[in-house]
Amino acid sequence: MTASIDINKVTKRFGSLTVLDELSLSIPANEFVVFLGPSGCGKSTLLRMIAGLESVDSGEILINGERIDDQPPGQRGVAMVFQSYALYPHMTVRDNMAFGLKNISVDRAVIEARIAEAARMLEIGHLLDRKPGQLSGGQRQRVAIGRAVVKEPKAFLFDEPLSNLDAALRTRTRIELAQLHQRLKSTMIFVTHDQIEAMTLADRIVVMNNRKIEQIGAPMEIYNRPASRFVAGFVGAPAMNFLPVTIRENAGFVAATTGAGLELTTAIPTSGLPDGPFELGIRSEHVRITPPTANAAEGVVDVLERLGERTLVYVRLGDGQQIVGSDSGDSRVAVGDRVGLAFEGAKAHLFDASGRAWHGGEAGHG
Amino acid sequence: MAEPRTAGTATARSRRKSVDIYAPQWRNFLFVAPYLTIFATLLVFPLFWGIWLSFHKADTFSSGRFVGLDNYFRLFRDPIFMQSIWNTFYFVFLTVPALALIGLFLALCLNRRTRSAAVLRALFFSSSVLSVTIVTLIWRIVFIPDLGLLSMVYGLFGAQAPAFLADPHLAMIGIAIATVWWCIGLPMMLFLSALQQIPQDIYEAAALDNANRWQTLWSITLPSIKRTFILVIIIQIVLQFQLFGQAWLMTRGGPNNLTKPIVLYIYNTAFQRWDIGLGAAASEILFLLILIAAMAQYLVTRRKADA
Repeated sequence: MTASIDINKVTKRFGSLTVLDELSLSIPANEFVVFLGPSGCGKSTLLRMIAGLESVDSGEILINGERIDDQPPGQRGVAMVFQSYALYPHMTVRDNMAFGLKNISVDRAVIEARIAEAARMLEIGHLLDRKPGQLSGGQRQRVAIGRAVVKEPKAFLFDEPLSNLDAALRTRTRIELAQLHQRLKSTMIFVTHDQIEAMTLADRIVVMNNRKIEQIGAPMEIYNRPASRFVAGFVGAPAMNFLPVTIRENAGFVAATTGAGLELTTAIPTSGLPDGPFELGIRSEHVRITPPTANAAEGVVDVLERLGERTLVYVRLGDGQQIVGSDSGDSRVAVGDRVGLAFEGAKAHLFDASGRAWHGGEAGHG
Repeated sequence: MAEPRTAGTATARSRRKSVDIYAPQWRNFLFVAPYLTIFATLLVFPLFWGIWLSFHKADTFSSGRFVGLDNYFRLFRDPIFMQSIWNTFYFVFLTVPALALIGLFLALCLNRRTRSAAVLRALFFSSSVLSVTIVTLIWRIVFIPDLGLLSMVYGLFGAQAPAFLADPHLAMIGIAIATVWWCIGLPMMLFLSALQQIPQDIYEAAALDNANRWQTLWSITLPSIKRTFILVIIIQIVLQFQLFGQAWLMTRGGPNNLTKPIVLYIYNTAFQRWDIGLGAAASEILFLLILIAAMAQYLVTRRKADA
């Protein structure tokens, strides 16, 4: 089973504090959507409103065109996997999975068949008679997913389900979730603050910040064409470099000059740009480390982060600004060295005073 | 020349003990010594003296002569003592299940974050801070024939209130009612603290699992507080076995010894008839009964893994 989900102008307040403000979003059937945002941006609240664990103050939520925000959680046909797993501690794994089905009087044989199928799929068959207290974190996570799967829900809701797992298990479970989505072909909504989870799992990412949606788009679209300075800074590790610049026109495109006097030619058209001030944004992979040059783009290495396949170099510029550039994995650069920086101006983004992003390339601005 | 010296220092250093901040230290004994002194003089010593006394024919003026198990044989031949054991068990049977069930019911009702729930919690707990004298006074006023609150309520329906404290069938029930009213605070609080430790998210999971109120109570709440339920039962058994004040102040053990509990029997024997040896023997029987209940409590609370 699968379903489309529509959220129309939904508002949520806790007392005088507005957490979500007239938020609208349409999720087609079978899509894997990730709500990404910092703590307190309202992403979990939105998920819990879809589940029915939080009331909706105004607006409506529809599943397959049918309004559900006035229904109790159990009748909405969604299943949720909690961050803490929320397994029933005194029930065996089998009873945990059967509980929801027994409550709606599903036939015993059907329950058994669904549990067997889910257990086979998630490789938890040998755990069925254990209690949650006897399971490891990863096993509990699988049981929590199994409990959702047996309900054959219209949509799966995941509330930061990987954050209690250790790094290796998190990577593995991430891949398994992607496979699960391929196999079940079900609508899935996944809440996280981890942009790697968002990038790897999502068909579409919904970036949320401060009561509203900042951007909705495919992972690479979010990465390459962030709609705002917030998205540009939040998505990508290390965060994008931001430099205050003054701009002038150069054959229809923006030429930006940094505080240190370095001029970069970008691929951003000047048409439609508002008045300044502006900031230039550029990712570390578009700033290459070079031997020191005579131009303004040089500085002293502050910190090195060796990631294996590449090295992140934190360079302090003459005007005190820090820029993260990247070098090859076997870079010979050492802390304290004087290095030059080569900016790929064509990959730069421009942010106006309101935080809106302007990009180069075919679409003009995003 | 330099080399052996370096080796020597290294050995000396390796011999020095590393610091263990959890190592036992004798001076810590000083901190528990005051308590241990009181514990030994006021509990351990009287305990053994009581056992010693129970094997002797003793009164206040002499520690008497050794009579072996004679005091125990006299006890079990005494129909009033056997009646008092029966009375005590009957009282425990009347009060403990009621305290556990009413305490649980109140806790379930008042386990919410509203102001009125907080007020009611304080109200239900407030009876626990009263002394037994006040409690029995209140309930004697309630039970007074013709004038008491009970008579007034019955009178509204044109009925005659039963004489709770005089009727042989009702006297113990009257004492049990007063006791439940007095003692309900502790079980309620224990259940409330247990309920508040149940993680909220399993209730959310149950809501998504289509569990109605009854299924949630039966499948989520009650199994989660199973251990507290057993704990409450055992604590109350230990406490209610020691019934004394209510029975003494409300009925003096009457009518016809039907509300005389073991402790009152001990009091009558040892401090009114001054048959201290017999009283001590009766105390040992009570001690044994409570010890069994306390051991059960210890065993249950130790099994923490079985959640």
